[in-house]
Amino acid sequence: MKQDNVMTTPFVSQYDNLKQALPGYSQPWMTTLRDRAMESFTQAGLPTQRRESWKYTNLRGLQQLELTERALEPQPISIDRAPSLLPEGTAHRVVFVNGGFRPDLSDLAGLPEGVIVGSVADLAEREPQRVEALLAAHSDVEDQPLVALNTAFMRDGLLLELEAGRKLDRVLEVIHVNSAENGVFAHNARNLISLGAGSEATILEHHTGLNGTAYYINAANDMTLAEDATLRHYRIQAEGTNAVHTSTMNGHLSGNSFYDGYTLSIGAALSRNETNMKLTAAGARCHLNGGYLMRDKQHCDTTTVVDHLSPQTSCREVFKGVLDDRSRGVFQGRIVVHPEAQQTDGHQLNKVLLLTDTAEINAKPELEIYADDVKCSHGCSAGEVDHDALFYLRSRGLSETSAKALLIQAFLAESVSEIGKEELQDLFLEKISDWLAI
Amino acid sequence: MAATVETVDQVRALADDKYKYGFVTDIEADTAPKGLDESTVRFISAKKEEPEWLLEWRLKAYRQWLTMPEPEWAKVDFPAIDYQDAYYFSAPKTTEAPKSLDEVDPELLRTYEKLGIPLREQEMLAGVAVDAVFDSVSVATTFRHKLAEKGVIFCSISEAIKDYPDLVKKYLGSVVPYGDNKHACLNSAVFTDGSFVYIPKGVRCPMELSTYFRINAANTGQFERTLIIADEGSYVSYLEGCTAPMRDENQLHAAVVELIVLDDAEIKYSTVQNWYPGDENGVGGIYNFVTKRGACRGKNSKISWTQVETGSAVTWKYPSCILQGDNSVGEFYSIAITNNMQQADTGTKMIHLGKNTTSRIIAKGISAGKSQSTYRGLVRMGAKAKGARNYTQCDSLLIGDKCGAHTVPYIESRNSSAQIEHEATTSKISEDQLFYCRQRGIGEEDAVALVVNGFCREVLQQLPMEFAVEAQKLVGISLEGSVG
Amino acid sequence: MLEIKNLHADVEGKAILRGINLTIQPGEVHAIMGPNGSGKSTLAHVISGRDGYDVTEGEVLYHGKNILEMEPEERAGEGVFLAFQYPVEIPGVTNTTFMKEALNSIRKYRGEDELDAMQFMKVIREKTKQLGVSNDMLKRAVNVGFSGGEKKRNDILQMAILEPSLAILDETDSGLDIDALKTVADGVNLLRSPENATLVITHYQRLLDYIVPDFVHVLAKGRIVKSGDKTLAQELEKKGYAEFTDQAA
Repeated sequence: MKQDNVMTTPFVSQYDNLKQALPGYSQPWMTTLRDRAMESFTQAGLPTQRRESWKYTNLRGLQQLELTERALEPQPISIDRAPSLLPEGTAHRVVFVNGGFRPDLSDLAGLPEGVIVGSVADLAEREPQRVEALLAAHSDVEDQPLVALNTAFMRDGLLLELEAGRKLDRVLEVIHVNSAENGVFAHNARNLISLGAGSEATILEHHTGLNGTAYYINAANDMTLAEDATLRHYRIQAEGTNAVHTSTMNGHLSGNSFYDGYTLSIGAALSRNETNMKLTAAGARCHLNGGYLMRDKQHCDTTTVVDHLSPQTSCREVFKGVLDDRSRGVFQGRIVVHPEAQQTDGHQLNKVLLLTDTAEINAKPELEIYADDVKCSHGCSAGEVDHDALFYLRSRGLSETSAKALLIQAFLAESVSEIGKEELQDLFLEKISDWLAI
Repeated sequence: MAATVETVDQVRALADDKYKYGFVTDIEADTAPKGLDESTVRFISAKKEEPEWLLEWRLKAYRQWLTMPEPEWAKVDFPAIDYQDAYYFSAPKTTEAPKSLDEVDPELLRTYEKLGIPLREQEMLAGVAVDAVFDSVSVATTFRHKLAEKGVIFCSISEAIKDYPDLVKKYLGSVVPYGDNKHACLNSAVFTDGSFVYIPKGVRCPMELSTYFRINAANTGQFERTLIIADEGSYVSYLEGCTAPMRDENQLHAAVVELIVLDDAEIKYSTVQNWYPGDENGVGGIYNFVTKRGACRGKNSKISWTQVETGSAVTWKYPSCILQGDNSVGEFYSIAITNNMQQADTGTKMIHLGKNTTSRIIAKGISAGKSQSTYRGLVRMGAKAKGARNYTQCDSLLIGDKCGAHTVPYIESRNSSAQIEHEATTSKISEDQLFYCRQRGIGEEDAVALVVNGFCREVLQQLPMEFAVEAQKLVGISLEGSVG
Repeated sequence: MLEIKNLHADVEGKAILRGINLTIQPGEVHAIMGPNGSGKSTLAHVISGRDGYDVTEGEVLYHGKNILEMEPEERAGEGVFLAFQYPVEIPGVTNTTFMKEALNSIRKYRGEDELDAMQFMKVIREKTKQLGVSNDMLKRAVNVGFSGGEKKRNDILQMAILEPSLAILDETDSGLDIDALKTVADGVNLLRSPENATLVITHYQRLLDYIVPDFVHVLAKGRIVKSGDKTLAQELEKKGYAEFTDQAA
């Protein structure tokens, strides 16, 4: 194995200076965890294109942000209202500004018993054992340099824990607002989610960049679903257009649990959304869906790895991409059916519309099958808007622009309709309309 | 479930003598000293009385080979190859090249008869011209005169180097440069023979051309090099077959095939690869590391690759098309069957450069035993490939729960008017189908063979008629012994 | 010719057949009727040798041989034919290839010479003509893209070509409209002879209007609870199965 090109500045140089100021420093286990992660990150460096899983995405763009030593200590900005997408009183709300939890903007009144929603930084001090337990479930930093980086520097993020049988009846809206108006910064957000047996929650998570300035968000999400638990997790990534956003979601799904995910990516100059799901017991299901809409010179990488580790597990993926101008899309979807994981269903679809000759899509859907009694498939297509349909609409009087927009919206709607919580579909369709400006 | 378990048990129970080509011909051979260094390269070149430019080219390749890493990205796993533990040149000992079949060693002719390629009868009966390559050299080419009447050149590449140096010099290495990859680089340094075909302008080759490759000598690598040029408006259908004796050690086969197709011309290239696959414990068998690539240089040109891969311990092979000419067409039809401990990583690359270029990929993988089979393919639409089209269908069939089937396609598009469609499925052989066949009286093995042949039909149909039946039987034989 | 004695069979540990006794003589047509889940299809599958059933007790003698020990293809060779409730699709394999393979396998089993392509085509032409099946069906892949009726007709064509001595029709009527039902029944009737027997398995009486049985048996909860002549079928049509399911419990 070749040593990857090591791009570690300023992270490696600043770690020792900073670590005392990081949350949980009072806990020796936390520092041990961070030290180990830092060691691993120092060895691996930021992933480069020599790594097969990063073949099509180059993080060199990160260097253009010119992250200084100061960048690792995000400065707060003043903001008096969170840009909520849901009507007042219909959702629980957690707000993070430049990565830091803002209780003043959050609304956690009336949380049901047995449901914990809070800030990881806060809880690392107040209830360290809770944070420790959740972090321990996903302590593998060896093969994920970005998770290692995150573990070393993590500052804050959402902690959601549901005791067995609890249901969060309202949507939990998680708002991340970022702005570099007080200086370029890098934030390592860590979100810890654990659903007890038979519990249920719906999260609407959105990331908004307030202006065109540049910053780097490196998020890591640890998700554990116990037996029969259901997590609906819908996300909008609308970071500032000069930002870099990398997110790694690692999920463990137990028997009969269900993860329903949808990610709409429209922001950031460079983004990577990686999801790794382990289906560990019979009946575990996961739906990974999404849309990516890119323009100018944006680059968006969607990578999913679903490991079927037990018999009778299933996954379904529907991703749609629309690429305009000189933008680039990457889709890598891997379904691995391990030996013994018989009676597995795995289906994946990725369709892309290229709107210009300068846009680019690189896709790598992958099946890796070690069991015989399986039904697995993937489909992938790339092309332009259907000429016949376009002509049909124009012959009915629509302008070319609006006809195109209508067709693109219909194309994307196919993935939006996969969102299990139907009342949230409109919200995503609206975001898509906004992007299309119709 | 149970039926498949039984199927798998039967496979285990079957002795490996299903590989009916596993005999050794007792023949005196002229062999270069074991091992590889510059003197080996010089020895081969001298033995073949080659011109200086070719020796230089070989030496450049050899020197680059020394610096190149082994390709490691394929999903195959085998111990490192000891390149010094092999012979790089082995030829049946004859004083001079045979002028006609009457001069060919009768032992050799018998070998080809046993292989089902009777060079004499073939010449008289079937409409197929054959070039037979035994270990490192071409031993016989049939129908040469009849082809010459049409201006078609079909001979060993060694002869072509002597007789048609300009053509060889112009095209050799023009599609697969010597530094392309480690295996191709080795081939460029030490290739010993292979076939050469030139179809002149406007000629439709009057018969199928076929090369039959046979590794016989122990510890010998086979490095053949094939070069086919289809000049404007011409057409040729070419088939290669390969077998080897059963031996306990692994033997290396690193071939290079280059196709050049000019305006309005077409090459149809079919392969039935049945190198010795090793025994059920993975002992022995051929390492089949082949670089095949065709360039559709002219407008409206076409290359169609069809392969039936049933042999070899390890297969590493990606017959590809570079679609340069506007409206050119690339096709890849593949059946890959693996069993026991076999590993195959095979697929294609379709590089669309010209306008309105189209490609079609139909790949069928069948895995049984403890084997691993991977489809790996690349479809790339270049920025100038306006209106290009690709359709890809990959289907995998698993027989038994100890094998693996993998699909790794790379899809890259830089052109909005290019359309790419890719579909892949994986499933097992259905119990219902097997029971249905068996209820109609068809034995289990035959039922499996029947269902698998049906699964492969789209590809089998692409083979020239003369070979389709043979290939179908081969699928059956592999299934008796390998899928069973 | 067929003797089923005290046959018990389990599926995944659950007893489905619980002591079936049935004797069929050459030339006879027997109908087995019963509600869903009574074990009708299981009986058909056990006789023809499908995987997934454990025979726990009893025997099935065919021409005096215990066929339970035989592979499905050996039973086919002995002359047992099953018309499937859901005929299976085999992509890429043409009907002609399939039937030739089947017929020659069976001939081989019986020690007869295999037919070459010419001889086989002669047989095919004769049978398709006899049954009024279009030749176009022969070139298509086995059951792929066939309508429900075509699939059943294809099964009957196979039956005509293989000339079994015992034909088991497993809910052949399911999913057929009345015209298709008639065509299938005509085919079956055409193939009846004093040497051959037919076992019709069905839920409804209507098929028996066209294939008239000599004996009718009611199957409930894995046992034959009543046997009679064709009037029993008409009686069932009126009264339903409730009475018998109660009786079996």
